[in-house]
Amino acid sequence: MAGRQTFFRRLLRNRAAVLGLVVLALVVGLAIVGPIVHPADPFGLVGRPFLQPFGRFLLGTDILGRDVAIGIMYGARTSLMIGVVATVIAVVVGTLLGGAAGYFGGALDRSLTRVTEIFQTIPAFIFAIVIVAVLSPSIRNVIAAIAIVSWPPMARLVRGEFLAMRKREFVQACVGLGMPDMRIIVRHILPNALSPIIVTGSLMVANAILVESSLSFLGLSDPNVMSWGFMIGAGRPVLRTAWWLCAIPGVAILLTVLSINLVGEGLNDALNPRLRGT
Amino acid sequence: MKPSFLGLLAASLGYAVGRLARAIPTIAVIVLLNFGLVHLAPGDAADVLAGEAGAATPEYMQQLRHKFGLDQPLAVQLLVYAKNIFSFDLGYSFRHDRPVRQLILERLGPTLLLMGTTLVVSVGLGILLGMLAARRVNSWQDNVISVVALVSYATPLFWAGLMLIVVFSIKLGWLPTSGMEDVAAFNEGWARVLDIGRHLVLPALTLSLFYLAFYARLMRASMLEQSGMDYITTARAKGLTESQIAWRHTLRNAVLPVVTMAGIQVGSLLGGSVVVETVFGWPGLGSLAFESLFARDLNLLLGIFFISACLVVVVNMVVDVIYSILDPRIELGSREAA
Repeated sequence: MAGRQTFFRRLLRNRAAVLGLVVLALVVGLAIVGPIVHPADPFGLVGRPFLQPFGRFLLGTDILGRDVAIGIMYGARTSLMIGVVATVIAVVVGTLLGGAAGYFGGALDRSLTRVTEIFQTIPAFIFAIVIVAVLSPSIRNVIAAIAIVSWPPMARLVRGEFLAMRKREFVQACVGLGMPDMRIIVRHILPNALSPIIVTGSLMVANAILVESSLSFLGLSDPNVMSWGFMIGAGRPVLRTAWWLCAIPGVAILLTVLSINLVGEGLNDALNPRLRGT
Repeated sequence: MKPSFLGLLAASLGYAVGRLARAIPTIAVIVLLNFGLVHLAPGDAADVLAGEAGAATPEYMQQLRHKFGLDQPLAVQLLVYAKNIFSFDLGYSFRHDRPVRQLILERLGPTLLLMGTTLVVSVGLGILLGMLAARRVNSWQDNVISVVALVSYATPLFWAGLMLIVVFSIKLGWLPTSGMEDVAAFNEGWARVLDIGRHLVLPALTLSLFYLAFYARLMRASMLEQSGMDYITTARAKGLTESQIAWRHTLRNAVLPVVTMAGIQVGSLLGGSVVVETVFGWPGLGSLAFESLFARDLNLLLGIFFISACLVVVVNMVVDVIYSILDPRIELGSREAA
């Protein structure tokens, strides 16, 4: 337990990471508690269009008279949900494939390396656009598209970690003891490779949120779900007269992604004390 | 001994052929992905290939089914599809009433202009800012660059573009909001170049922001890594000034990771240009992709996807050549480990 305590102390000593944690906690709270405390239809019309912020409605109303604050609240839910689910899928797939390739090597390793190399050449965002456009925009397809374009870097990372670990003495000792492969992988290698996976995974959530917002800005979002990118896209035609309709959701994206990046970097420093100062 | 010019040329040619051979699997995978997506799409594959649903005539649909062998087994269909793509027959867009290939070729120029400008600005300025930050670690300049980098990592490109339009076009009225040139002005010669330049400022700035920050941070780290090397100590012992060391000695070695990343990120640059071109109405491949989304012209979209991937392959070859010029120890085609 001492290790865990020093981990939290190190994380909390990092002021930027603490700031990130606070902002992230606010956004997560808004996404989870908001719709429970204040249930509303984010697409519902509540008043006259183009009401300015800080009037009758906290953030005003949009081009059709929808409440912007409610939209931000439900948009937080969408962004975080898609970001986390897509990342979890990408991390699981990347870890399974990368781990197997790094541990067993051989033909599996060679083909995985080729696949990840090819993925480096394919323009990821355009690929995501094509997937969602062809399969029709729905939450499920958006998540699938983001997961499909984000697993290869994770697979590369895990492969490298497993490959290096495979040659270490403690793993060789396990092999010598006749331990089954699965047990070596799950009990001995994976725990040692966990910190880079966690750090990269947290940064992947931030990236997934950015990709989701770009997709929904282009009109590739589930029509029944409110999202920040959609709100910016909807406010774009009135940029000249009501620029805040675009500005507000953008600030929400910026703060959320920034806070996740700060926490991710904090995790990196706390989990790899050897790297501090570089 | 210096290799002869002819020898060098032969080596380059051999390299280009080898590199092309290695690019073929990549292109093949993309053709396979495109083919898979055409068949995964809801409805008949002919609907997807015809582009905008309902716009094609029944005769054309029949012709498409025949041309792509849609009544044949899947393997035959794949071969036919691959044959068409590799002969750059990308189909026909009913929405635009033009062949897809022609549409893409027309829009390629503006995208290359935008991407080229962005690459030059972000790599050039990124290197300069990174050198500045590395020369004065933990100074206010260094901290400002770090904070700006953090913020720009978290800013959605399309939103940054919209906010720049609000400030520089709408509020200040300095720069145009959209398009590539003022067509109604009928500018010619230098006036036209200047006009396009004015239209280019905001899109290029938007697309550069993220990469500029990224390359500045990378350059800073790379400069600091080099600064501990023996050859720097030697240069200092010779009595060179710090700026002589930085410009003549460290720069050339420290710039290698930046060039590598610039090559890797060309694909992501193309992705970014979709949203940036859409925001600024820049008439390139990105806004063509957006228009095809809007019109559900899926075949056109798949064509753009294919061409983008080919573009990345070509740029990567160019980057390899630049790499071998910067660091003559690295032979063409042996950059795998870097």
